[in-house]
Amino acid sequence: MSKQIFFDSKNDAAFRPKKFLGKTVIYFILIFWAIICLFPIYWTVTTTFKAAPDVMKGNLIPWWDFRPKWLGLKSLGLSPDRIFVESTVREEFLKRFYNSMIAALGSSTLAVLLGSCTAYGLSRFKYRFGFMRNSDISFFFLSQLILPPVVLALPFLVLYKELALLDTRIGLIALYTLTVLPIVIWIMKDQFSSIPTELEEAALVDGLSIWGAFLTIIMPIALPGMVAAFIISLVLTWNEYFFAALLTSSYAKTLPVMVASQTGSQGISWWSMAALSLAAILPLIIIAIILERYIIKGMAAGAVK
Amino acid sequence: MSSTETDYLHIVTQDKISARRRDLGRLMIWGSATILIVLISIQSLDQFSSFEFGFKTWRPTLYAYFFWATCLCWAQVILYGEQGKRRLFILPAVLFVVSMVIFPLIFALGIAFSSWNLSSPDGRQFNGFDNAIEMWSDPFYWNALKNMVWYILAIIPEYIIAFCLAVLLNTQIRARKFFRVAFLMPLMLSPVAVSWMIGKSMLEIRFGPISRLVRALGWDNPSFFGTDEIARFMIMAMDAWTFIPFMMIMILAGLQAIPKELNEAAEVDGAPPWKKFWEITFPLMLPVSITAILIRIIFKLKLADIIINVTSGGPGGATDSVTSFIYREYRDRSNVGYGTFLAIVYLVLIVIFMTFLIKMAERWSRPRY
Repeated sequence: MSKQIFFDSKNDAAFRPKKFLGKTVIYFILIFWAIICLFPIYWTVTTTFKAAPDVMKGNLIPWWDFRPKWLGLKSLGLSPDRIFVESTVREEFLKRFYNSMIAALGSSTLAVLLGSCTAYGLSRFKYRFGFMRNSDISFFFLSQLILPPVVLALPFLVLYKELALLDTRIGLIALYTLTVLPIVIWIMKDQFSSIPTELEEAALVDGLSIWGAFLTIIMPIALPGMVAAFIISLVLTWNEYFFAALLTSSYAKTLPVMVASQTGSQGISWWSMAALSLAAILPLIIIAIILERYIIKGMAAGAVK
Repeated sequence: MSSTETDYLHIVTQDKISARRRDLGRLMIWGSATILIVLISIQSLDQFSSFEFGFKTWRPTLYAYFFWATCLCWAQVILYGEQGKRRLFILPAVLFVVSMVIFPLIFALGIAFSSWNLSSPDGRQFNGFDNAIEMWSDPFYWNALKNMVWYILAIIPEYIIAFCLAVLLNTQIRARKFFRVAFLMPLMLSPVAVSWMIGKSMLEIRFGPISRLVRALGWDNPSFFGTDEIARFMIMAMDAWTFIPFMMIMILAGLQAIPKELNEAAEVDGAPPWKKFWEITFPLMLPVSITAILIRIIFKLKLADIIINVTSGGPGGATDSVTSFIYREYRDRSNVGYGTFLAIVYLVLIVIFMTFLIKMAERWSRPRY
């Protein structure tokens, strides 16, 4: 064993416990906040498998202080013994789930398509519509973010009634697209302005049209931004409750409306509410775990110029 | 329209549009517009006078509008060639937003000045400023507006927590990815699910885990939605819980964009950490912070889902936001006219408030050296 030649100076040696203490405090705070963030999810997941006495006793850890049962999933007709049996609850649940999915995916796709084209146009060309220049047009789009949903809700209720769009998925998709479009334009403008124009210039010299250059050269480069915008739109539209509660009744009702309509009537059968809530949050939890990078990228767009 | 010289992307094009092509383009726009106008007039005749054409809904007008919009877009290329193709980038979105926002807003103004109860058979009746008078003496609306002020003020502690978390996440720590995903999680959850998960079950007075915790800490009979202040605080806390990640991530992005050299230079100069934060990090973070807070305010102004599902405004309107109040106004009394008037007043207030805020933000975020 070789002899240690270099020693920390006295100052550094004294510094170490302080630094160690600092680290401990940091980890303590981080873990504390992580518990605050994750405990409600854990609570929901475990409550799905709890019988009433377990809930009342406040048992928390499965297999240790309570035995998990299939109660929650059974109430949705999704437990192993019910999954192959005809079940009206499951039908209803799947219908709502499907509606939510269609509305969220459809509106996000539409918003990303419309929004990327607009953002590209605004970042590359100078427009003039009457008195409106590029900055005014951008502001016009972004200002839609300020518009509170209540202002639109009642006129749309009446309008949709006249247009026979009440309680349809198309109607919801159109409204959801409108609500997320400003966010998509914001993210995509940020994305496009980071792509040098020389790329299109080269493509145009080589004989592509401007739309050809946009579709074949720029879109693939801007894909990460589009994914980010798409996921953020997906989060917002999947969770949307206000419009869905007002504008849908039986056919196009989405999952959040179903969850909300159950809260009053269920009393203490917590497992079924927990299962339903779990179903409403699970898809986005999975997306968040897998695609966390893109969500953060999307939200950070515009924060850093 | 656009002059090629000043575009960010320089393209030289030479379009020779023949006179016949131009005529075709104009024909497309005006022809489809004529169809639209004719349909609108036929349908309004059908609706408002004794003529009967047998229309059940306004769908035909909607289709005519789609047809006109398509023709308008297509005709841009026919009329203006290359320039028209550029307009095509933003025209669909402009048409979409205008038809989905401007038109309903004008429509909303019409509804706002009328008495219209959807459940009553009388239909819509113009009543001038009666709604305004009713609003003036409606204590619940003013109460909701006052609550909104409280809810907006709650953003300050949210911001402080978010800033602290972002600073912690930006230090040298292990498992940073885990913490980032964990901290992001609340933002992913649907407010309706959150209002059950936390508001209805975890805060349940007898069995909820938070009630147990509070009882263990010494509050014998916890009631989270009994008194005004506590109920409002609970709503604020739940909303903060979902939206702190949002501000945290924006601030984290800002922190990561600060060049390391600045902090290193300060360290060499012997600045203590506290001073380093106040003199370097905080001023540099000001623009990002202001953006984050502005966006947060915009989202806060829409706050409704949690309130509707947890307290539905109670106790006695103490937790009502404007949105949830108008929602109940419609749900319980189907009072479309009055509700719309309140919403329009809210919109005007918001626009004034946000314009003021953005102007102030511009002044604050300008660096002072």
